[in-house]
Amino acid sequence: MIEIKNLHATVDGKEILRGIDLTIRPGEVHAIMGPNGAGKSTLSYLLAGREGYEITEGSVTYYGKDLLEMEPEERAAEGVFLAFQYPVEIPGVANTTFLKVALNALRKHRGEKELDAMQFLKLVREKTKALGMSDDMLKRAVNVGFSGGEKKRNESLQMAVLEPKFAILDETDSGLDIDALRIVAEGVNALRSPERSMLVITHYQRLLDYIVPDHVHVLAAGRIVRSGGKELAVELEKNGYRDFGANEAA
Amino acid sequence: MTTTFSARGAAPETARPYIEQFDRLQGELPGAGLAWLAELRRQGRDRFAEIGFPTVRNETWKYTNLRALDKLSFEPASPTPRAGIDTLPTVRPAGAQGPRLVFIDGRFHAELSSTAGLPEGVELLSLADALRTKPDFVAEHLGRLAQPDDLPLVALNTAFLTDGPLLHVPQGVAVEQPVEIVHVTLAGDRPSAVHPRTLIVAGTGARVTVVEHHVGFGTGADLANHVAEVFVADEATVRHYKVQREGTESFHFSHAAATVGTNGHYDNFILTTGARLSRNEVRSTLAGTDSSTHVSGAYMVRGGQHCDTSTFIDHAQPNGTSREVYKGAIDDTARAVFQGKILVRPGAQKTDGYQINRALLLSDNAEIDSKPELEIYADDVKCSHGATIGELDEDALFYMRARGIEKDQARSLLIGAFLAEAIEEIADETVREAFQEIASGWMASR
Repeated sequence: MIEIKNLHATVDGKEILRGIDLTIRPGEVHAIMGPNGAGKSTLSYLLAGREGYEITEGSVTYYGKDLLEMEPEERAAEGVFLAFQYPVEIPGVANTTFLKVALNALRKHRGEKELDAMQFLKLVREKTKALGMSDDMLKRAVNVGFSGGEKKRNESLQMAVLEPKFAILDETDSGLDIDALRIVAEGVNALRSPERSMLVITHYQRLLDYIVPDHVHVLAAGRIVRSGGKELAVELEKNGYRDFGANEAA
Repeated sequence: MTTTFSARGAAPETARPYIEQFDRLQGELPGAGLAWLAELRRQGRDRFAEIGFPTVRNETWKYTNLRALDKLSFEPASPTPRAGIDTLPTVRPAGAQGPRLVFIDGRFHAELSSTAGLPEGVELLSLADALRTKPDFVAEHLGRLAQPDDLPLVALNTAFLTDGPLLHVPQGVAVEQPVEIVHVTLAGDRPSAVHPRTLIVAGTGARVTVVEHHVGFGTGADLANHVAEVFVADEATVRHYKVQREGTESFHFSHAAATVGTNGHYDNFILTTGARLSRNEVRSTLAGTDSSTHVSGAYMVRGGQHCDTSTFIDHAQPNGTSREVYKGAIDDTARAVFQGKILVRPGAQKTDGYQINRALLLSDNAEIDSKPELEIYADDVKCSHGATIGELDEDALFYMRARGIEKDQARSLLIGAFLAEAIEEIADETVREAFQEIASGWMASR
């Protein structure tokens, strides 16, 4: 279980998160929607452990542990996974190398035997196929020269291989056409399980047609201002965010 | 390079101990009975006596200060037993044999060396032996490419030259296996100096790959002052690779001068991780038309290491191609210097020159000085150069950590990927893989 309590955070002295309370139980899919600048990406980066945020108040408890005390790699080892809005390009590091090093780091942490090259290749080929990705994408450098859709598929592949306990999907729909969106969403849905929680962060309701959440929250100006079921997303799509103090809906 | 070292009247203080040693030892040096060699040595001695070690007042030594040498008095290394040498570095797979010459503290070691597997007609022997068995061949080549005039360390090497490898690949012969040259310094109790001279002569259409290993098994201060002269005849290809992993108290200097004939090709790649202070000078002259040269390297330094790379590509004839790709990782308070000069002489039309030096600074106190220099006297040429300085990409680092990769390993992967771009310039696959492994070892060893 993930418990976010009264979380306040600043970036360069400016308060971005102003007291977030959110509890996510195993198996639940929560969606956070909100206008630009509401603090959605700050929340996702902060949960994954990126530097540059000062937490001024509050706590995040992850299966009984203080998440905010952990290094990013410890969080990943404990099952936290952030699907990046803008996946990073890493020239010179092959996608397979990256995935294999990451998977074996996690396996080592969990006390499991590391996979050898053959075992890894077998596993990754299966997952690649399921996501409609070419083997060629595995050989290329991480995200280098990938289209927007390929980058997002690559994030899905990493998630499928690393099998996190808590996945945060940050604007996974951005830059995807409808076909790519469907493939990525199917990949995510395939990972839904009673043990796995997800936090889907999105500006648009569109993604939630494919990844149907159990709970929807509206984040505005650093606070959750409304929570509801999946019907809340539909309402937002109709009325926009202007009821929540945002002056734009684009 | 038109650097002028002005004579300062009386012998510079720094030169005096070396001149005294030379005057005392000259009769005992190999080939001492050869008049032409005695004359060559005397020229080196006199030039060094005149100019001494370079100082930062000399333009080409602006960023590399040799003052640390003043405090140490180096004696010529004396032959030592091979104590403590169990395994010698190699690019070959474990257990594989191949042609190899081994020099310990500058002296040829026959027992550890082998010429097995060389094609007929190829000569691989020590210079000291060659001065006895084929002095005329040596006289034809020695000192022809590396002139002491404006190069103080070449002058010093010329005076003291004692031994080193001589490789002669005659016309039309291709040597498939890399020829390995291993220079080991044992560095005893007192600071010692070696001045090896390498001669590589490739006849018309010949092909050969040479890999130099420079390693130190001691912990004391020593001075290795290498000079290599490489003759690449028309249609010939010489690939000349070097890895320098000497101890962190060593001073390592090398000057490699190559001349390339029509349609000839010369590759030079230097991987540096060792020595307290090192300077590698590479001077490649495209003396025939349609010739090419690839001069590249990777340097990885930390602690208080200083690593200087100074290249000079001389396009003397039309249709020449040169390519330089250097990459370095600099940590702690280490400092690296890159000076790259490309000269395009009048008439060297259709020259294509490319040069890049990219440095990665891994700490706030690391330093890189990059100085490209183009001097072009022909009007139909394509020449470009570039230098970049960067830090590890924090976004990439976070991305990797967010996937569970530990910080140190993520850094290693990123540094390795960065350096790989230079190492990929190595045409020989065996050497490329061996050098990549050495580079990975450096990253893992901190």
